[in-house]
Amino acid sequence: MTEPILSVHNICKSFGALKASNDVSLDLREGEIHALIGPNGAGKSTLIQQIAGGLRPDSGTIRFNGADITRESTVARARRGLGRTFQISSLAMDMSVLQNAMLGALGRRGDALRFFTPVMKDSALLDVAHDALAQVGLEDFAAARTAELSHGQRRQLEVAVALTLSPRAFLMDEPMAGLGTEGSHRLMGFLDTLRQRAPILLVEHDMDAVFSLADRISVLVYGEVIATGAGPEIRVDPLVRSAYLGEEAEA
Amino acid sequence: MSIVLLVEQVLNGLQFGVMLFLMAAGLTLIFGVMGLINLAHGSLYMVGAFAAAATAAATGSFLLALVASLVAAAAAGALVELTVIRRLYDRDHLDQVLATFALILIFSEGTRWVFGSFPLFLEVPDYLSGSVTLPGGIEYPLYRLTMILIGLAVAAGLFALIAHTRIGIRIRAGESDREMIGALGVNIARLYTLIFALGAALAGFAGALIGAIQSVQVGMGEPVLILAFVVIVIGGIGSIKGALVGAILVGLTDTLGGFLLPRLFTLFMDASSAMTMGSALAAMSIYLLMAGVLLFRPTGLFGGP
Amino acid sequence: MRAETILNAALLAMLVAVALWAWTADEPFIITLVTKVAIFAIAGIGLNLALGLGGLVSLGHAAFFGIGGYAMGILASHAQSYTPLMEWPLLVEGTKSMPVIWLVAILAGALTALVIGALSLRTTGVYFIMITLAFGQMFYYFAISWPAYGGEDGLPIYVRNGFPGLNTLDPIQYFALCFAVMCAVLLLVARIAASPFGLALSGARQNPQRVQAVGLVPYRLFLVAFTISGAITALSGALYADLNRFVSPTMFSWQTSGEIMIFVILGGVGRLFGPVAGAALFIALEHVLGGLSEFWHIYLGALLLVVVLFARGGLIGLVAGREVAHD
Repeated sequence: MTEPILSVHNICKSFGALKASNDVSLDLREGEIHALIGPNGAGKSTLIQQIAGGLRPDSGTIRFNGADITRESTVARARRGLGRTFQISSLAMDMSVLQNAMLGALGRRGDALRFFTPVMKDSALLDVAHDALAQVGLEDFAAARTAELSHGQRRQLEVAVALTLSPRAFLMDEPMAGLGTEGSHRLMGFLDTLRQRAPILLVEHDMDAVFSLADRISVLVYGEVIATGAGPEIRVDPLVRSAYLGEEAEA
Repeated sequence: MSIVLLVEQVLNGLQFGVMLFLMAAGLTLIFGVMGLINLAHGSLYMVGAFAAAATAAATGSFLLALVASLVAAAAAGALVELTVIRRLYDRDHLDQVLATFALILIFSEGTRWVFGSFPLFLEVPDYLSGSVTLPGGIEYPLYRLTMILIGLAVAAGLFALIAHTRIGIRIRAGESDREMIGALGVNIARLYTLIFALGAALAGFAGALIGAIQSVQVGMGEPVLILAFVVIVIGGIGSIKGALVGAILVGLTDTLGGFLLPRLFTLFMDASSAMTMGSALAAMSIYLLMAGVLLFRPTGLFGGP
Repeated sequence: MRAETILNAALLAMLVAVALWAWTADEPFIITLVTKVAIFAIAGIGLNLALGLGGLVSLGHAAFFGIGGYAMGILASHAQSYTPLMEWPLLVEGTKSMPVIWLVAILAGALTALVIGALSLRTTGVYFIMITLAFGQMFYYFAISWPAYGGEDGLPIYVRNGFPGLNTLDPIQYFALCFAVMCAVLLLVARIAASPFGLALSGARQNPQRVQAVGLVPYRLFLVAFTISGAITALSGALYADLNRFVSPTMFSWQTSGEIMIFVILGGVGRLFGPVAGAALFIALEHVLGGLSEFWHIYLGALLLVVVLFARGGLIGLVAGREVAHD
């Protein structure tokens, strides 16, 4: 078996007495959607930040595409092909939708230190940007100001910007949040095909989406991965049931 | 170079440092609690000095002059907070810089309008003039020694205020979570006015104390303000302890740099170029100190990560 | 055409018209005022690249303005006294040639901005503001305590430096030169704003996290912007020194930094022509209010307060609407 594209080995991260990540290991293989779920405060965001480069683990290693990236910066990881979407939309709000996508395309090409050519006439970049917008269904909004987009459209633009990077793997933090039923279904259909191009590590609260999309699911509780497996296995896992349904069953 | 001269310079540096602390403490408190950068803090320093000089001229009492500096600066601070500053808390730093820069223009020209362009003088009172003999036979001006003691006493008082009083608890709470203490029923607006007036009073007090050894004139505040910024960058923003350490470091570096560097350069060049090189380098020394701190601890010696 | 474009063209036309009118009416003082507008506008355009496009609130641009001024002063003073600038390791003579002086000013400004920026950009927010202000003050004190070039008294240059094919002593010709430089700088900054670098810089201002996530380094973008910004402001310092035929430490003072920022703010942050409008308004106010009252800075302060608290778009924003151009 080939090495997984992304693998997290025995990550630990504490904030004072709180163990936000307690010996976490998980991996992401080609062609799959691997969902990360867990109750609020389970340490999902902390884990995502460590994988993306915003936080450094106290111990453990992270490997991506055959290299140890544990000590690398966010930028270096992005350049290796880790495409990220944020939980709270992180876009240049005063720019047009197209400009945000162009920014991604420019980052992918990596030559931002050019001062005299008009960037919005660069056909190679424009092709990448328009293509990405078309894939998420935002092509009609290319000229709109990003701040004027609806919440759901911003989520779509997040995904489009990640697409412009043609990443080796996606790290998506709650892409469905606030999308509404129709929007969620459209995005689910899209992610379903996207996994063939690059695998997705998906943090998501929408359980319908998780169980219908994910090839594998990892459940994070109190900073520990208590179970990893396919949807049906996770549904019947006693640890998961008590973590999620414990209170509900009593009520 | 005698050791007596050196000790005297160290004391001068200390005196300069504690005065800078009075400025920096208010600035760093205002930034820490309200998130506001206040360029007009130097104007409040000037207001204190002018109030003291005018009161001393009218009454002949130095003590009354000091009281006047505290009252005038606190009142000016409260007035400015109520009319302008409180509209700036939710604005970005650029707006804060511009609005408080505008306040400098208004304060400076307003003061020039009222008092004219000529400097005023504030005399050291008889009972504080002359010098004292310190252990080791060092003669040192009594007034400067008093400044050091007053500055240290104010610093101790400030630490006690923040560590042990109800206002101090609110100040610390306000630093960590603005909305929370609002939810707990503390009147935030009044707390902010109070903190701003306290910072202003400290600045005005420093202006009056320094006014007695320098001339009292328009524009006296801004060079001190900028030094206080250097202090805060070195000490770390929002930290009173950082302000104290930073202020004394800056005071000592500035005074000792001006004293030692020209002497150091005489070791390997002729006297006049040594004087030139030494004093030019001394003029830059505290900024180089700041650059050094930035290289190794960008958030200051006592700043958060 | 958009309202802002028309306004920009009108601004340029107005500057030229005032200068030409003053020329025919034989009012050299007015020509000098308009020349000052063009020169201050260049300083503001430089700052606006860092401030408007990059969001870097620099209160230390007087450092670059002064560096440009002293580049002119030092080179010209050696030329007028026929003493070489240095003899070892290689002979460097002074010069009275503007193009050479400009080049030196630009390079010196860029180098200074690179060093100050590399240090200051290690921090953000208020730290950045305080640090740039402090470094500006460092140059001020250095200029005062360094006696070789006039120290506190400043350094007079007796004859304005020369430009091939022009008589720079003729006010209208010097205005034309400064105006042409201003237009060239406007064009340059417009190109930069529309370039890949401009897009990335603008993105880094609005959302550094986003820029990092696409694999670009905000620090590098900011540092390059700050360096170009310093170089442009240094060029305006050299022109200003030549206008007055005098350089002094005042060019380095914190008030100068504040005034350069006022040009940008009065005109409208992030607008290409903002500093032109702002500098024109500033000089007009100085001239009109300064004639009415010795204490005109009070009115300037009040106006600035009103603009900050109630009219964030500045002059161009009031006329052309709130939206900042994107293309």
